[in-house]
Amino acid sequence: MQPFAYSRPGTLAEAVALLEERGPGARVLAGGTDLLIRLRDGSLDPEVVVDVKRVPELAPGIRADDGRLVIGATTTMTEIAAHPVIRHEFAALADAAAYVGSVQIRNRATLAGNLCNASPAADTAPALLVHGAVVVAAGPEGTRRIPLDAFFVRSGVTTLARGELVTAVDLPLPSTRLASAHERRTRRRGHDLAAVTMAVGVDARGAARLAFGSVGPRPVVRVDDTATLGDRSATDADVDAILDRLLGDAAPSRTSMRASPGYRLAMLRVLARRARATALGRLADG
Amino acid sequence: MAERVAIELVLNGARRRVEVEPHHTLLDALRDDLALTGAKSCCLVGECGACTVMVDGRAVDSCLVLAAEVAGADVRTVEGLAPAGGGLSTLQAKFLEHGAVQCGYCIPGQLMAAQALLETTPQPSDPEIEEGLAGNLCRCACYEQIFDAVRETAATAVVEPRAPAAAAR
Ligand SMILES: Cc1cc2nc3c(=O)[nH]c(=O)nc-3n(C[C@H](O)[C@H](O)[C@H](O)COP(=O)(O)OP(=O)(O)OC[C@H]3O[C@@H](n4cnc5c(N)ncnc54)[C@H](O)[C@@H]3O)c2cc1C
Ligand code: FES
Ligand code: FES
Repeated sequence: MQPFAYSRPGTLAEAVALLEERGPGARVLAGGTDLLIRLRDGSLDPEVVVDVKRVPELAPGIRADDGRLVIGATTTMTEIAAHPVIRHEFAALADAAAYVGSVQIRNRATLAGNLCNASPAADTAPALLVHGAVVVAAGPEGTRRIPLDAFFVRSGVTTLARGELVTAVDLPLPSTRLASAHERRTRRRGHDLAAVTMAVGVDARGAARLAFGSVGPRPVVRVDDTATLGDRSATDADVDAILDRLLGDAAPSRTSMRASPGYRLAMLRVLARRARATALGRLADG
Repeated sequence: MAERVAIELVLNGARRRVEVEPHHTLLDALRDDLALTGAKSCCLVGECGACTVMVDGRAVDSCLVLAAEVAGADVRTVEGLAPAGGGLSTLQAKFLEHGAVQCGYCIPGQLMAAQALLETTPQPSDPEIEEGLAGNLCRCACYEQIFDAVRETAATAVVEPRAPAAAAR
């Protein structure tokens, strides 16, 4: 690895000041499972790496606060996958976290790191989009709340400004249960980045949301306002017609090594049907 | 050249102080600065698990952790598995008994992943063993034997979870 300096600020103010002053010369380090690979292969070459794991505002932890579930930025996939409230209320997120890499990766990989890395294949993104997650960011101008849909721009690019970092991700604790599930398709079993990711959420009134990734430059969310996907008596033909409409503008990369566009589009539909079935089952189980 | 970082950690139960390069990984520091060559350097991208060690009771790929990050942490490597008085831990003995070791390159990582699994899930189901070891590749394909060794250890031995020594943070 190219040499760099290591900084471990103990306060949010220090971290923000350093990031603002250095701009692209500084790089946030959370679990390091994306960053260390890019530091080693030389695609990133910062002067200073800013380890944010000792900043109290970013501390790991999952707590309910004012009708929302707040997940600290450095909470790991291991903790998310095991958390009882997430497993019940935000099941797609627990599914997604449990899929990430291996035990060793999940013990380090953080939720905010998964989002800030902004890979179109990020496993937690579709689940968080389905559940209406908000990214909490702190920067030189103070704190702001960014709906996740307004956070992603394209691969590797988010709407975070210079000097800003993510302190938490929060999710509205729903008054009506939104049962959800996450599915993905990889080239091989075990740890591999997904060729297609899909999350579906359905509620008792029949409303449904689906979100998918790895198809196009960023993950996207779609709302089914026809109440078809959430209706367990809907015919396969009805479901397919809605999926065609919701997935119609998906545009997979023509050059990706992980899967061809035709395969991805076909798999999107398969995964959507599967995730819907699992979500409906979970809704029925209460 | 950036300044070296002085860190203090608990390594296999003993408090150690060491100066590390900020751009060196925990794997580099273990092998080059602390003379513990059990953890192996292989893919260096988190795919193979040959570099697996335990940090604060959890299995991690030491090729993806900066040495500076473990300041104050409890780090355990394969060198810390055998009982202080000599001999092998039950897990290590079961690996030998089952012929789970051929070239041996992946074994320190396999052992540490298995140790972490058995400490957090003392009675793992078969799928839990598979998942617990899914981050460790074996070029010699001893997967069946490794699996059996771990399953038998879980069935026959009490894996002593060593409480992380009082960390400095
Ligand atoms: C072997 C392997 C398998 C993997 N498998 C999967 C998988 O199955 N699914 C998947 O989605 N991902 C996978 N990944 C990718 C990676 O593990 C995840 O994206 C992880 O969540 C990244 O989190 P981190 O804490 O390690 O991020 P880091 O590497 O620390 O950071 C990632 C990026 O985000 C920035 N960043 C981190 N935290 C913040 C913050 N709080 N504020 C602002 N910027 C921040 C960093 O500067 C960096 O650019 C895998 C990686 C490896 C090595
Ligand atoms: S060398 Fe670290 S995972 Fe392969
Ligand atoms: S024993 Fe040779 S790589 Fe596993």
